Amino acid sequence: MSQDTLFDKVWDLHKVSSLPGGSDQIFIGLHLIHEVTSPQAFGALKDKNLKVKFPNRTVATVDHIVPTDNQSRPFKDNLAEQMISTLENNCLQHKIKFYNIGSGNQGIVHVVAPELGLTQPGMTIACGDSHTSTHGAFGSIAFGIGTSQVRDVLATQTIAMNKLKVRQIWCENQLSNGVYAKDLVLHIINKLGVMGGVGFAYEFAGPAINALSMEERMTICNMSIEGGARCGYINPDEKTFTYIKNKLCAPKNENWDKALTWWKSLKSDENSIYDDVIKLDASKVEPTVTWGITPGQSISINQKIPLLDDLSPNDKSVAEEAYEYMSFKPGQAIKDTPVEVCFIGSCTNGRISDLRVAAKVLKDKKVSKNVKAFVVPGSEKVANEAKQEGLDKIFKDSGFQWREPGCSMCLAMNSDKLIGNQVSASSSNRNFKGRQGSPSGRTLLMSPAMVAAAAINGKVSDVREFINK
Amino acid sequence: MKSEFTPPIGKISQINGQCISLIGNDIDTDRIIPARFLKCVNFDSLGESVFEDDRKTLKGRHPFDLEENKNATILIVNSNFGCGSSREHAPQALMRWGIKAIIGESFADIFYSNCIAIGIPCFTLTKKSIQEIQKYNFSKFLFLEIDLKNSLGKSKFLNFKLEIKESSKKMFLSGEWDATSTLLENENLIANKYKDLPYLKFNAHL
Repeated sequence: MSQDTLFDKVWDLHKVSSLPGGSDQIFIGLHLIHEVTSPQAFGALKDKNLKVKFPNRTVATVDHIVPTDNQSRPFKDNLAEQMISTLENNCLQHKIKFYNIGSGNQGIVHVVAPELGLTQPGMTIACGDSHTSTHGAFGSIAFGIGTSQVRDVLATQTIAMNKLKVRQIWCENQLSNGVYAKDLVLHIINKLGVMGGVGFAYEFAGPAINALSMEERMTICNMSIEGGARCGYINPDEKTFTYIKNKLCAPKNENWDKALTWWKSLKSDENSIYDDVIKLDASKVEPTVTWGITPGQSISINQKIPLLDDLSPNDKSVAEEAYEYMSFKPGQAIKDTPVEVCFIGSCTNGRISDLRVAAKVLKDKKVSKNVKAFVVPGSEKVANEAKQEGLDKIFKDSGFQWREPGCSMCLAMNSDKLIGNQVSASSSNRNFKGRQGSPSGRTLLMSPAMVAAAAINGKVSDVREFINK
Repeated sequence: MKSEFTPPIGKISQINGQCISLIGNDIDTDRIIPARFLKCVNFDSLGESVFEDDRKTLKGRHPFDLEENKNATILIVNSNFGCGSSREHAPQALMRWGIKAIIGESFADIFYSNCIAIGIPCFTLTKKSIQEIQKYNFSKFLFLEIDLKNSLGKSKFLNFKLEIKESSKKMFLSGEWDATSTLLENENLIANKYKDLPYLKFNAHL
């Protein structure tokens, strides 16, 4: 059992009681809600005649269902309109702060909370969304919950949960030029498997992690769940504190000094005990692309799609399913695979640094005429910042459509969807069957820079050929 | 669709029912309930859309469409079932279709806690045993009696010692799996925690 890791410390700090069944009652310091997984939870509160216990510890925004072309109200999609207005009413009735469209702070919940300074070290953070693990980048313990647990947090500010084991993933050396956080996390998931993290929290550490920016760290923690780990985190450091400083909801003046003192005391002890430790060499990671129907089915850009014989017995059946669904042949190269749609956005890679990297690749280039390409900023703030830097113009000049913020085609709950068996190069997080809105649509996950390269060439490409010229 | 849906309530100690086998690892929650069905403000109509895209692809040959499975209540699955999104809509859709318990090689964490929270016990068995059940169930009707207290799965031909987390088992046997009221009992402790957490002192209220 782990001891003295950041996870242990934060867990113990938030433990309210040991429940009769053996799980722990854990206090949730920050609760984030959105329109998809909260309405039934508010409904259950009403049924049980309960109130929101601490409305000042829940914050709402709207992201999953928002259209990215025309956001004027009422939305064209009646069901989407019903969902946003239900959230508006629930927040109004229960006095919950809601960052709505046009507030300047609306966006994907996992982009918005960090940029508002809500996400801070040492907190427990929960949200009815599996990518809540993103917030672990700040040294918080953050995890996704279902709607019944959203109800519990609203009613009690606590949930019942079994403590997770802790695995440290130590990343030696540095990522090389043209290789990004997305490539590293896809590589990790490939090595440990999509269920390797079940029952674990992942602590990402080592020189390669320390060298990453906060936004890159968010990309890593965001995809912990794709490796089965409900929670992923990184010990906070000066970069963490600098990122938070002066954000809208960050502690100010003497409170900042108090916060800083406490945050600096928060990290895994040098001699802390982990349930498991894995080491890998980040300098060996290459631009990585998924070829299958789980985020673990990835290869580096110059590798070939694995043969059945190369795979472990457990992976064979899903691989066979993947070959068929993707219409790929074992042994086929992934490079030069034609793509029809290119999507840059999502809680994994829809932040300003992601847009900057992609824009750099796209500058003075044109998107292939066979490709529909669009970029969906992660939040209104990201969109505004990008416009100030002229990134929107670079995207538009290249042939990318510039859209309004939201989750968009990561999960295709709005009208941004693949059609038929289109192949998309996507900076999002899941390549599941049907994930991007068409039951036969095919998704290749990669970094935003790689999506930009694919958009220009109309096929899967090595972005290093663009940036190293 | 089944007759009128009634959600489970109170103590759960015995589940008897016909098995339905779904073969495959890493079956994610997008497949269990595609995202377009999440556009709803209640869970009521999810049952009919469970596995919608997989069922359409298989044109009536999906286990959830087979006539012989229409009264099944115990779902048999392989490894990492329910991976991906945290959407509770997935177990809600299964439950509303008629599933009352799931036995598998392994489950994704969030899916597992969602099942427990809505009263669907999830048990694990070794790969070998699951395959044995699925092989048998492929050609024959399998009626299983699950005794939660003793963690036993019994049928005329096959018997299994089922694994379930001790905490989950206790919650079902005591009827406390619907956690809200148990959590609310510690109101004073919650208030103290709220008062004592360092960061709630240096952060302005939201």
